[in-house]
Amino acid sequence: MIEVRDLVKRYGAHLAVDHLSFSVPDGQIFGFLGPNGAGKSTTMNIMTGYLGATEGEVLVDGHSITDEPELVKRSVGYLPELPPLYMDMTCEEYLLFAAGLKKVSRKDRNSQVDRVMEMTGTMTVRGRLIRNLSKGYRQRVGLAQALLGFPKVLILDEPTVGLDPKQILEIRTLIRSLSKNHTILLSSHILSEVQEVCDHLLIIHHGRKVACGAPDELERELADEPTLELTLRGTDSQARAMLAGVPSVAALSPLPTREENAVSYRLEQATGADIREDLFHACAQAGLPILALRRDALTLEDIFLRLTSDDPGQQPGVSRTPDTSAAAPTQEGEQAQ
Amino acid sequence: MTAIYKRELSSYFNSMIGYIFIAALVFFTGIYFMAYNIFSGYPHFSISLISLMNILMFTIPILTMKSMADERRGKTDQLLLTAPVSLTGVVVGKYLAMVTVLAVPVVLAAFCPLIIAANGQAYLLSDYASLFAFFLMGCVFIAIGMFISSLTESQIIAAVGTFAVLLILFLWEDLMSFLPDALSNVLSVFAFRTVFYNFADYSVFDLGGLVLYLSMAFLFLFLTVQTLQKRRWN
Repeated sequence: MIEVRDLVKRYGAHLAVDHLSFSVPDGQIFGFLGPNGAGKSTTMNIMTGYLGATEGEVLVDGHSITDEPELVKRSVGYLPELPPLYMDMTCEEYLLFAAGLKKVSRKDRNSQVDRVMEMTGTMTVRGRLIRNLSKGYRQRVGLAQALLGFPKVLILDEPTVGLDPKQILEIRTLIRSLSKNHTILLSSHILSEVQEVCDHLLIIHHGRKVACGAPDELERELADEPTLELTLRGTDSQARAMLAGVPSVAALSPLPTREENAVSYRLEQATGADIREDLFHACAQAGLPILALRRDALTLEDIFLRLTSDDPGQQPGVSRTPDTSAAAPTQEGEQAQ
Repeated sequence: MTAIYKRELSSYFNSMIGYIFIAALVFFTGIYFMAYNIFSGYPHFSISLISLMNILMFTIPILTMKSMADERRGKTDQLLLTAPVSLTGVVVGKYLAMVTVLAVPVVLAAFCPLIIAANGQAYLLSDYASLFAFFLMGCVFIAIGMFISSLTESQIIAAVGTFAVLLILFLWEDLMSFLPDALSNVLSVFAFRTVFYNFADYSVFDLGGLVLYLSMAFLFLFLTVQTLQKRRWN
């Protein structure tokens, strides 16, 4: 169980992490999503004890990283954004060193190093200097390092960066299999990746929490009423006359189409209505054949883009989620009391 | 701490730095020993150590420059600082590794007084006391170098900075003569050259001086830990 409470990190005037709070229950794969510079790495660095927080605290199983650093660090494996590798060591030497650093007992070291090398597929490069390894292999050696000692909590900062598609699949499978015994927190700026493996998502932007929940929950919660894309054979006036007769069409806007003698529209429906059947009947009556009809729900991708865009016109999406910045002053007020 | 010590030590011998450092010191030990003790027949090995002190000032910055700066540049400090090891453990592990590298040429130099003794009158006690003071002085230099390396990401700046500081400390007494008496009396306790000269030139076992050396090494190790600590909270 990881708990992050009201975390703030200030670099001079710049606020990198802004009153961030969340908790990760045991055995969960927790995705940490945000555009570049959103404060993901900073938060992870604080959670692993590399950086100190300006305010707030991080608890792993009830132990604070600032008060009992060695105890907490023992139960946390960390793969930073850039794997912390010594270029002058071979892969095996490096992992043995890391095992020693993590206080793996002397007799278990060799077997554990072998095991993590097998898990991450680095067995074939064990004798090679890290300097000569490709980026993908370096990433894997970094991951192997994080696994050493098999800590309860794994914190992985963009674990699949620099890997080829096949390796990405392998690492994803590995992460999923690890989740049986580990609590995993991984970050990414690529949505499909976290969507694929994570049980729970936290989207942050400018160091602030903008949304938090299970992927499909987020999709349900944040998606607008689905719009429809309709392509008909016929003329614009025919189509508009027909659509005017269909109830619950809230608005329509023309779309460009490549088909000849055809028109295309985006239809917005009244809340809660599903007008697809009505449309079918109306078109059949008017003798306008439907060439395409597509229901266009907001995907997680759209939600992500909308939540993390700086365009003020897009901000309404943000206000629909719990606003942490508004909550912060009251929390401070409580502390003051 | 042992893991860090072993890694650091092996990294000095995986790269050229360890070998170059040892080779340079051994080479100049040989030159001075040959010139002063063998050809001129001077029975005190400590006179060679006095000249060797200059070489030490040039070579220590090369040894210490990468100790902290390189970790930061290569982001490997993230591994060390997120591992269940205390900051003090990291700093002391690295420090002891460098002290071990320094011990190699010092141990080799320890044969020189024996060579003198084999050929005539030797002053073993004062020579070995001087060698011990020389070694401790090197340990102070290493602590200073490591501290300066922890301030920067650039090895070059670390090396040049360390050399500059060592040079100022070397000239300390001369600089003190420009200051008013009241001030220079207080500040001149930092004159580490005097301590070493007491040992090597006057064959005086300067216990107070050794305490100065140990406290200076301790001070700079402490400052290194504080620098690393402070960076986390900035």
